[in-house]
Amino acid sequence: MTALLSLRGVTAFYGAIQALKGVDLDVNEGEIVTLIGANGAGKSTLMMTICGNPRARDGQILYDGADISALPTHLIMRRAIAQSPEGRRIFPRMSVYENLLMGAHGRSAAEAEETMEQVFALFPRMKERATQRGGTLSGGEQQMLAIGRALMSRPRLLLLDEPSLGLAPLVVRQIFSAIRDLNRSTGLTVLLVEQNAFQALRLAHRGYVLVNGAITMAGTGPDLLARPEIRAAYLEGGH
Amino acid sequence: MAYALQQLINGVTLGMIYGLIAVGYTMVYGIIGMINFAHGDVFMVGAFLSLISLVALSALGISSVPLALAITLILAAAIAGLYGWTIERVAYRPLRGSFRLAPLISAIGMSIVLQNFVQVSQGARAKPMPALIPGGWTLMRGEGGFAVQLSWMQIAVVVTTLVILAGFTWLVTRTPLGRAMRACEQDLKMASLLGIATDRTISLTFVIGAMLAAVAGLMFLLYYGVIDFFIGFIAGVKAFTAAVLGGVGSLPGAVLGGLAIGLIETFWSAYFSVQYKDVAAFSILVLVLIFMPTGLLGRADVEKV
Repeated sequence: MTALLSLRGVTAFYGAIQALKGVDLDVNEGEIVTLIGANGAGKSTLMMTICGNPRARDGQILYDGADISALPTHLIMRRAIAQSPEGRRIFPRMSVYENLLMGAHGRSAAEAEETMEQVFALFPRMKERATQRGGTLSGGEQQMLAIGRALMSRPRLLLLDEPSLGLAPLVVRQIFSAIRDLNRSTGLTVLLVEQNAFQALRLAHRGYVLVNGAITMAGTGPDLLARPEIRAAYLEGGH
Repeated sequence: MAYALQQLINGVTLGMIYGLIAVGYTMVYGIIGMINFAHGDVFMVGAFLSLISLVALSALGISSVPLALAITLILAAAIAGLYGWTIERVAYRPLRGSFRLAPLISAIGMSIVLQNFVQVSQGARAKPMPALIPGGWTLMRGEGGFAVQLSWMQIAVVVTTLVILAGFTWLVTRTPLGRAMRACEQDLKMASLLGIATDRTISLTFVIGAMLAAVAGLMFLLYYGVIDFFIGFIAGVKAFTAAVLGGVGSLPGAVLGGLAIGLIETFWSAYFSVQYKDVAAFSILVLVLIFMPTGLLGRADVEKV
């Protein structure tokens, strides 16, 4: 299997603070890979570094065989990579419909409408709320909208940053099952960042553990779930 | 009554010009959060470009006034757009990501540069221009023989402004470029994550703002018939006041604020004193900032996170 995305020795800085300390990570085509770790471990930074903001200072980010680490963000995203970022970042003063359209930026109106029907099929709630302003949605609805917006570009690689944050367990289950369906039906490749390690590892094919900006463990989902140090650190409430 | 109606007509005309300039302030503020203090001077440059174009066209023997005005409108807007693009490129983009005051200082510098450039290249004296659209329409005669005049010029200013603003509104609300501009305004980082070329969108915002200011410059030239290199300062500060009054960041607010400032200024001049009309306008700015910091249509940014 060839890796769709591979990071080799990637470092990133916020000012003088080193947020990533040489990360190696692979995501194969058609896989769901999860990245777990505590608050402040650098998970979101890693997601943003893949997208070129902040830029990787050292190392390589290979996507589909090409090094994308020097490209500006908007050109990276035009290579069929989409991110549903930390904090969801819905456009608050645009309608749900317009938020979704923004996800299809650069694609024709007909293509956008077609993909939007698929997003509505996945999240029927978005259709009901189509004319409502993004800022007035509930947290769960905003999360669905953020994922829907990311899907509007028909990505090959979907970067999902904490889709379960602040949501009711029922909504989390809904969102996770939507991700699984997408992966199974369309072969969508997903890199999922989660604090909710238990659910994430059950969903993912493989997982990585990020501690203080470095990968400390890697393995298949069931394998990581079974390890005592993972159970202690991420699954049984201790941090 | 007749007198008041006349002031209303004058105020609305003036307000339209302020509104056109104010839109440029508010757009730039919305997208990169800076007050572009050189914007008033782009308006002034637009007025000069219009004058030069009108003189050149008449020298070329184009005697049809509507044709000359149409060509001038397009020419002045296009060249002013180039100014807008260059100003952003030269004075603001290199400072993006720097401390907040840096682009502001740079903007004041750019304003001085433009004023001096026009002063040196066009001379410091006021430039008069004969009325291109004379005459008008007497609406009514009040007591004492006071005639309420609606000049063709005023109709032209108001109609042109409304048409341009309608086109602009369509651009912002209905087109992919407009959506990209609003996306950048609401969340620049997210916009780039969706593949939007944010630098290009910011450049285009400056270009469009400058084009609207040039249209205002042409209107000002036609309406007042005299311009000098310093008109951008007062008009710019007034339009900025209009943008704040309407709620900086809000496009309808900018037009509404422009109308309000135009009306306040005109009525103050008519009933109290012409000398203090600017004091009246700026007192409004102070009062709005104290009691309504977000303006008439501004938003207090309460959003769910």
